[in-house]
Amino acid sequence: MTQLSRRRFLAISTAALGATGVGTQWSALTGAANAATPAAGTVTQIPTFCEMCFWRCGGIAHVRDGKLWKFEGNPRDPQSMGRLCPRGTGAVGAHYDPDRLRQPLMRVGERGKEQWKAVSWDEALAFVAEKMNKIKAEHGPESVALFNHGFGQRFIQHTLKSWGVVNYAGPSYAQCRGPRDVGYVLTYGAGVGSPEPTDIKNTDCLVLIGSHLGENMHNSQVQEFAQAIERKVPVIVVDPRYSVAASKAKYWLPIRPGTDLALLLAWANLLVTEGRYDKAFVEQHGHGFDKFAAEIKGYTVEWAAEQCDVPAELIRSAAREMASHRPASIVHPGRRVNWYGDDTQRSRAIALLNALLGNYGRKGGMFLAQGIKIAPFPLPKYPEATKPRADGADAVQYPFADEGITTSIRDATLSGKPYPIKGWFVYSTNLMQALPNAAETIKAVQNLDLLVVCDTVPSEMAGWADVILPDTTFLERHDELLTGFGRTGWAALRQPVVAAPHDQKPSWWIAKQLAEKLGVGACMPFKDMEEYLSFRVEKSGYSWAKLKTEGVIMAEHKPITVEEGLELSFETPSGKVEFWSDQLAAKGFDPVPKYTKPLDTPAGHFRLITGRAPGHTFSRTQSNPLLHDLMPENELWVNTTTAAKLSLKNRQYVQVKNEDGVLSNRIRVKATQRIREDCVYMVYGFGHTNKMLKTAYLKGASAGGLNTRYKTDPLMGATSIHANFVSIVKEA
Amino acid sequence: MPRFAMVIDTRKCVGCQDCVVACQTENDVPQGYCRDWIATEVRGSFPQLSMEIRTERCNHCDNPPCVSCCPTGASHVEDFGHTVQVIANKCIGCKACIAACPYDARYVHPDGYVDKCTFCLHRVKEGKDPACVSVCPTHCMYFGDLDDPKSAIHTLLATRRHHTLLPEAGTKPRIFYLT
Amino acid sequence: MLEVTSTRHNLHIDPVLTVWSWEIPLYLFIGGIVAGMMVLGGLALLRLARGEDTRRYFSMQTPLLAFMLLNIGMLALMLDLTHRLYAWRIFTTFQYTSPMAWGSWLLIIVYGVLLVSALIRLPDAWPWLSRKLPVLHKLSDAIVGRPQWIAVLGWANLVLGIGLGIYTGILLNTMVARPLWNSAILGPLFLVSGLSAGVATMHIAASLLQGRAAPQGMVGGAFSALLQPMGPQHPEKDTAHALLRYDQMFLVAELVFIAILLINLHTSSASHAAAAALITSGPYAAAFWGVVVIAGVALPLVWQALELAHKVKHTVAPALLVLAGGFTLRWIMVSAGQMSEIVPVLSMAP
Repeated sequence: MTQLSRRRFLAISTAALGATGVGTQWSALTGAANAATPAAGTVTQIPTFCEMCFWRCGGIAHVRDGKLWKFEGNPRDPQSMGRLCPRGTGAVGAHYDPDRLRQPLMRVGERGKEQWKAVSWDEALAFVAEKMNKIKAEHGPESVALFNHGFGQRFIQHTLKSWGVVNYAGPSYAQCRGPRDVGYVLTYGAGVGSPEPTDIKNTDCLVLIGSHLGENMHNSQVQEFAQAIERKVPVIVVDPRYSVAASKAKYWLPIRPGTDLALLLAWANLLVTEGRYDKAFVEQHGHGFDKFAAEIKGYTVEWAAEQCDVPAELIRSAAREMASHRPASIVHPGRRVNWYGDDTQRSRAIALLNALLGNYGRKGGMFLAQGIKIAPFPLPKYPEATKPRADGADAVQYPFADEGITTSIRDATLSGKPYPIKGWFVYSTNLMQALPNAAETIKAVQNLDLLVVCDTVPSEMAGWADVILPDTTFLERHDELLTGFGRTGWAALRQPVVAAPHDQKPSWWIAKQLAEKLGVGACMPFKDMEEYLSFRVEKSGYSWAKLKTEGVIMAEHKPITVEEGLELSFETPSGKVEFWSDQLAAKGFDPVPKYTKPLDTPAGHFRLITGRAPGHTFSRTQSNPLLHDLMPENELWVNTTTAAKLSLKNRQYVQVKNEDGVLSNRIRVKATQRIREDCVYMVYGFGHTNKMLKTAYLKGASAGGLNTRYKTDPLMGATSIHANFVSIVKEA
Repeated sequence: MPRFAMVIDTRKCVGCQDCVVACQTENDVPQGYCRDWIATEVRGSFPQLSMEIRTERCNHCDNPPCVSCCPTGASHVEDFGHTVQVIANKCIGCKACIAACPYDARYVHPDGYVDKCTFCLHRVKEGKDPACVSVCPTHCMYFGDLDDPKSAIHTLLATRRHHTLLPEAGTKPRIFYLT
Repeated sequence: MLEVTSTRHNLHIDPVLTVWSWEIPLYLFIGGIVAGMMVLGGLALLRLARGEDTRRYFSMQTPLLAFMLLNIGMLALMLDLTHRLYAWRIFTTFQYTSPMAWGSWLLIIVYGVLLVSALIRLPDAWPWLSRKLPVLHKLSDAIVGRPQWIAVLGWANLVLGIGLGIYTGILLNTMVARPLWNSAILGPLFLVSGLSAGVATMHIAASLLQGRAAPQGMVGGAFSALLQPMGPQHPEKDTAHALLRYDQMFLVAELVFIAILLINLHTSSASHAAAAALITSGPYAAAFWGVVVIAGVALPLVWQALELAHKVKHTVAPALLVLAGGFTLRWIMVSAGQMSEIVPVLSMAP
């Protein structure tokens, strides 16, 4: 056990749990008579919360004569505030997706050859249970690991843990926001959480480091971002690419990739040396500030200007701007921060910058999110673990990791150390694209006796499975109650609005059936989710009937900022904000983040950077007919000058090759002034190779597939995504 | 009689295409077609750049060339709201209106008639905003009566700089972009 | 630098407008030919009404040919309509602002006039039919015996021919959205192009019959009704020359009107100039200069002048070239016109 204090909040990682042939006409798919005026019919409205991404906005499904018509925001819901993002609005397409998985499949032939036979649920689950029990007998239940993402994993994880699984992890930690939360825990004693408690609605200055709100579609944050724009709040964007957010910024710093830490340290240094930081906050709550100030003294603006390839005056102006609005000034902690392998320290630098701005627990800064208390359903305890986790989470290797590390479980599967991992249960995550260096994932999979994939669409990961279990989309099932953290806590209900079109089953049902077959059926002592949910709701003093019609229960508002009377406290070793981290020093890490220069870009190459599009979520929405229509493929952003030098024409198709010789699928060039000359950009999630994804097959290129060279963060095991250099190969 | 119009704040629009999807589900737009879309204009050279993002659709013009060229009167100006609408069972699919529209806002529906944005009149008649306006997460879209001095769009047009699309075409479009 | 993107991708709208394909140029071409035939036929009927020779070939026979050609044109139009089962809707109303409505009603009258005009010589050209329907003789005699009726028919043919030839040009040129068409000379250009194509068609038809006896049977008579002069008489020797002289006039006018069109567009707005560039130097340049201007107008002009001066033997080759040029002109105008668009003022800033 490390000195690291446990975070107070963990909404994402450990939270609980077909239609027509090839579509031609949307109206044919939805059964409407005439597209000129909407079809008449009886419309019922059913509230539920969305799972098109992890924001979990509350919505209301409109069902017309028994067929799903549209999905709109639930005005009662504090996440959506009555409006959904394009993926939520396009959730209807997930229900009608012609490529979605329809029935349980079992592999015939070699792993990865994508040859299947359709089987019954009974046969599929019996097979899974049999294989799992065999692994248990030979190696122990610790040798089965669970990889999960998404709310539906709740009972899958519960069943598996009840059976004895100890190794479970979601890529959202080591391949996404893990470094950020650890960086924050090291500084403030608490992680950032989800959604990030950024009070953008009331802020007077917003700084985005790489975050591209508006293209990354964190619904409520985009809504507040727009409000801030309307209030003419100055926005500062640090991004090698002229993102949508950059186009609305007062200052855009087109930073050289890999040098963000230099900028952050120079900013911190400026705030300290020019006395623009929150002295009162530092005095009252700071630990080790003087040592910190001394440590960062050398990071001048001029030095950073050279490192970052950004004019010194711009760096200076931006710093002075953000300081002038403190404490209502936010440096957004970001979300997918696993860029270069030093990401925990970089996130800590952001945490420190925010501390200098004194915005912790302040209006217009970072508020302290509040939750809601809903009584649990009495469930049996999990068995005592006899072996430690295999992913080094509790061990020495990554001393500050506080969640499961997916890539470390993969490492254990590859090496057999500390003990062999012989089975993987993969729920709703496309590990083949999500984990770096797919070749390692493929190799690890070869060591398995059992690979089960449970998902809604046939992902690349599903292509390697022994058994594929088709999950329902969120529109077709109940799930665990959402207990949301925000300005006010809330609970939201997920209930089915339409029946699953084929033989898909909700994950809670899969978990229950599997539990029976594994002999741990007692772990889910309820008949169905209505029983489970209504118990929890009623026991907490709320009305189940009301929740079914309204969809949301709001908690009582408690103080979330100092302005509202909140008392600040920090669960760090010193009990204060750690400008200087003794616990980091004790483990041999830099107590204050230190900058290391990134690798130079090799001649003829460009750093590959990746990001999000508002119409897609990772690699799982590309076959959704509505969202496919918005963006059927990704594009390679290449600076116009670079394109001219390489004789590339706009919209011409090329391939991207990385230094390990991996050649991407063809991707269309977007020759633009909106990006630096030393990097190229593509949206993540395309380049699908599973042939069952007919709509998305070989459309665009896979950024995940090109991520073969990666650095691992030594503090908590996160793996980088922006450490690859690529060259552009013209099509023959 | 009201004269419906839209005002769109390009400063807030992020081009997320929520309006596109909302329209498609609300109006059962055939797959592969869209009644509204996002246009972007980027000016300058790296790193001195500016960008305007717009959500566009039929402008329901005051001087609609698509109405005067229609041989059957299918394309007409509706009394309620002075919006431009198409009566599907009067349309013969000659596509003169498509050629006449400087904004290329129309398309041929797979069922044969010409289709386009209707300003969601079916919703407006119930006192709601068009689907695109209702869904927009940045609240950058406003819908209302141009002739009503109390409407939000009236105030916005009076107090903010704005432009329309292709004013030189003489169509007098009724969608205004705040800059 | 300016970068413009759009997420719209509607079929036949993006990236370039292509809602009108071969059907429309074909109709425009045929419409032009028919218009040309009607104008010349009308002029001939007026001379006939004044008592001149009744056996001038082209005044008598081409109404039926025009009628058959028009059917092909109308078929093309119907094929273009994507909602054609509702085509009757045009005739339940009169949208006076729509040149297409004007044209549609015009065509109804054109059909009527063509059929009545054809009655004049039909019984003599198709003896088989007139044996079956003796009433045809009575109708024909009734018209032929009344110069006033012939004059009315003449005026009708003339006016309707001009209307038919010009309305499609007006239809296109009202469209501000398509700068290539946005010139007032387009209507007159289509008219003179139609006149020369009409003459060329009659010229070819006349040459096909030179020296042939009139067939008497049902099918043969039907065809000869289209093309054959009445009875055993040949077309007059100088009919061909008369046609050639008309054609030269029309070809010169066409060259002038094309020049006016290009000058007009080039000196209007930047959008119009860009539209003109599509056909003068852009993707349609080769077809425009090579087929329309040179092969379709300039070369026949020279060739037919040589024929008229008896320097070369008379053939129908120049007429065929004129037809090829006429069709290509319309095809280019329809395709390039859809490609042309208003270039936003704002995008012309550096």
